[in-house]
Amino acid sequence: MSKYFLFQDNKRCIGCFSCEVHCKANKKLPVGPRPVQIIPVGPKLVKNLPRMSYVYMTCYHCENPWCMAACPTGAMQKRPKDGIVFVDGSICVGCKTCILACPWGAPQWNAETGTVVKCDYCMDRIDEGLEPACVTKCVTKCLHFGTTEESVALRRERHAKTVAAFE
Amino acid sequence: MKNSVFSICGMCNVRCPIKVDVEDGVVKWIEGSPNDPGMAGRLCAKGSAGIAMLYDYERPQHPLIREGARGEGKWKKVTWDEAMDYIAAKMEKIISEHGARAVALSDRGGPFREIHRSFLRSIGSPNYMNHDATCARNTQHAAISLFGSGRKTFNYDYSGCQHLVLYGRNVLESLRVKNANTIMDLLDRGGKITYIDVRAAGTAMKATRFWMIRPGTDYALNLGIIHTILKDKLYDARFVDKWVSGLKELEEFVLSYPPEWAEKETGIPASEIVEFAHEIAEARPAVIFHPGWLTARYKDSFYSSRTAYILNVLMGSIEAPGGLFFRKGPGDAGVKGLNSLMDTIPKPKEKRVDGCGWKHKQFESGPGLMHLFYKALLEGNPYPVKAYIVYRHDPLLSLPDPEAQKKALDKLDILVTIDANYSETSWYADVLLPSATYLEKSSVLCTGKGLKPSFRMREKAIQPHTNAKPDWWIFKSLAERLGVGDYFKFNNIEEFWGYQLKGTGVTVEDLKMKGTVSLTEEPIWWDRLKDLKFKTESGKIEIVSSHLESCKIESFKPYESPKKAEPGMFRLAFGRSPVHTHGRTINNPYLNEIMSENTLWINNVEAEKLGIKDKDLVEVTAADGSHSGTIRAWVTEFIHPETVFMVHGFGRKIPWQTRGYNKGLADYRFETGLLHVYDPVGGANALMECMVNVKKAA
Repeated sequence: MSKYFLFQDNKRCIGCFSCEVHCKANKKLPVGPRPVQIIPVGPKLVKNLPRMSYVYMTCYHCENPWCMAACPTGAMQKRPKDGIVFVDGSICVGCKTCILACPWGAPQWNAETGTVVKCDYCMDRIDEGLEPACVTKCVTKCLHFGTTEESVALRRERHAKTVAAFE
Repeated sequence: MKNSVFSICGMCNVRCPIKVDVEDGVVKWIEGSPNDPGMAGRLCAKGSAGIAMLYDYERPQHPLIREGARGEGKWKKVTWDEAMDYIAAKMEKIISEHGARAVALSDRGGPFREIHRSFLRSIGSPNYMNHDATCARNTQHAAISLFGSGRKTFNYDYSGCQHLVLYGRNVLESLRVKNANTIMDLLDRGGKITYIDVRAAGTAMKATRFWMIRPGTDYALNLGIIHTILKDKLYDARFVDKWVSGLKELEEFVLSYPPEWAEKETGIPASEIVEFAHEIAEARPAVIFHPGWLTARYKDSFYSSRTAYILNVLMGSIEAPGGLFFRKGPGDAGVKGLNSLMDTIPKPKEKRVDGCGWKHKQFESGPGLMHLFYKALLEGNPYPVKAYIVYRHDPLLSLPDPEAQKKALDKLDILVTIDANYSETSWYADVLLPSATYLEKSSVLCTGKGLKPSFRMREKAIQPHTNAKPDWWIFKSLAERLGVGDYFKFNNIEEFWGYQLKGTGVTVEDLKMKGTVSLTEEPIWWDRLKDLKFKTESGKIEIVSSHLESCKIESFKPYESPKKAEPGMFRLAFGRSPVHTHGRTINNPYLNEIMSENTLWINNVEAEKLGIKDKDLVEVTAADGSHSGTIRAWVTEFIHPETVFMVHGFGRKIPWQTRGYNKGLADYRFETGLLHVYDPVGGANALMECMVNVKKAA
């Protein structure tokens, strides 16, 4: 796992799909590859109200990335300083073994370049002190980027507010 | 070389403030303006897909003149001079034979109308129209009947609202970035949203109450709520006593419409209506009953919208934090407004061809009504119209029944479209002029009215990279050719900006700094019990409207139950997706990738009766049998059994838009025979008076 964590606050997500376009426009990708995708699940009746879940799907940046182990050229790499898993397109030969290896469909095929593309948390932006494109431009700011510890705290804090008893 | 420009998005009609980063003449990044705390980077899918539109070659790039028959798709590429000379020669002939009133122009409204409206006025024609017959006309007229001024008198303070009530106003999918965010904040702090619709749209997924209402019965619901509020004395008596006239008449009128009656019409239990009325009264005045935006739906939508406004009045939410506030302009902040070119041009004396404001006194003359224009065009009555310029508007895609519209358009000697995208109308035009995209053109300065009025600037980020031109240039060039160039003496947009700003104390440089200049430090609120001014005859909020009475129209219309569809038939509803702007973005590479086709929502019980399973291909046929097509079904319990639904804008017929061509179905093609069916008081088309047959495709 990289030291970072991208937390989607489902309560605030409205399923606007903007993260998908923010990502693609930033990476100048053609039609086809979708490094991040919102998969709407539902609607379902929950406590008599229609509810939809907009599941944010991207790379988990695994501690032990199977895609990296499968890559024969070393194009799929893990950045030593923060654990971001990324592809160096210049040495990717387009064999697609990483696509086969990943259980979550994170590596995407760019037919225009004949190489793989995937979420790299916009590491060029992170290095400039910015956040990933999808997080920066999220309509409701339901996406949070930070360390794993920060994300856990965010969730705990909110849960605490909902269960607070004031006895 | 890198630079950033603060500008205004043009992907939809919300016009969010944006920052555009440019590197060596190429747009690299667009984000919501960091200068606006409500934006702070935020941008919707369409906003980010602006880059994809800019560099997409499946959009108009050269002036084209039609070579084949109208709509045949045979075009000749011409120079700008050839195109403008061609249009000017045709228009000169028309004006000399029929007068300037034979020229009409339509757009989609908005704050950037100064140049083209001035153009039309300078040649002497009164026939300006916008898209509002298929949008908010009913709401506009409802506001006028109560407050003496239109719907834009107010905006909505979601940030302080405790209970937001929405009738099909799908705020989380018909996205306004800042509003969507503030509305999510409303929920986070424990506020409530009641969402009322014939289907569970995106907003229903977050609402704290969802009422799936029988189609066409919003007015009945409102009568039931008003009945309860008046009977149980739940209204803001202080506000009502001060500002309202006609309460007694309202009380008498709603006597026969108790919640038990409303339940029979709407399908919403009477007990829930009563509970709701009490709940809402507890939150007043921080309550918003949204009067609707696209209310061009039924023949009584005017009264639905009017009663929603009345509910706001009863809650005392006018000019209350968390309610509806008066939009303040520069004058309210003690600043001189932008100079208007249009005000310097004499108003044409001719009467409007659509009869708005004179023959039909209940209809505001402003942007007229497109369906009445079509009627006049077809009949040549009260006078013929021979030239029609369509600017950034797509009537063939927004009004019902394109084939009926084409019969009227065939009466024209020249049809010109000016657009950055191919519209369905442009494909039927004689001349198609490519307008530069919002990233390649600067627009006239505009005023942002609100609690903190401002001036705003759209500045081009790059030069047009095709042979497209900014619209101000197009209209100025045409004006020069028609001998009225004296009104348009500026050589570039910067000179025009200088003219607009003269005497305001604000400079072009001030605006370039952040893209906007706020004219006040603090939000302007007026004392709601002392300082309000209503432009009605009585100065009061007129529940019994002197304006309506003078037009011999009743302020309260006895309710009529909507027609129930025959077996196998359904009422066709339409709406938005968060990734598309009506029909304008269907061919955008990124947006099309997310949604390339629409589906038909159909109720699960009804589907089972017809043997339709989820994802089955179904055949949809217009009531008169003249149009049909197939589409995938989306079978769901979350749509009313009397209704089917599709997202608007699909089923495009322009082969040059390869991604969108013939994908999905177009609601407006099923609205056969409805071009001249409209709300007689509000004026807008009744788009949902459309019945379709649905069956499993063979």
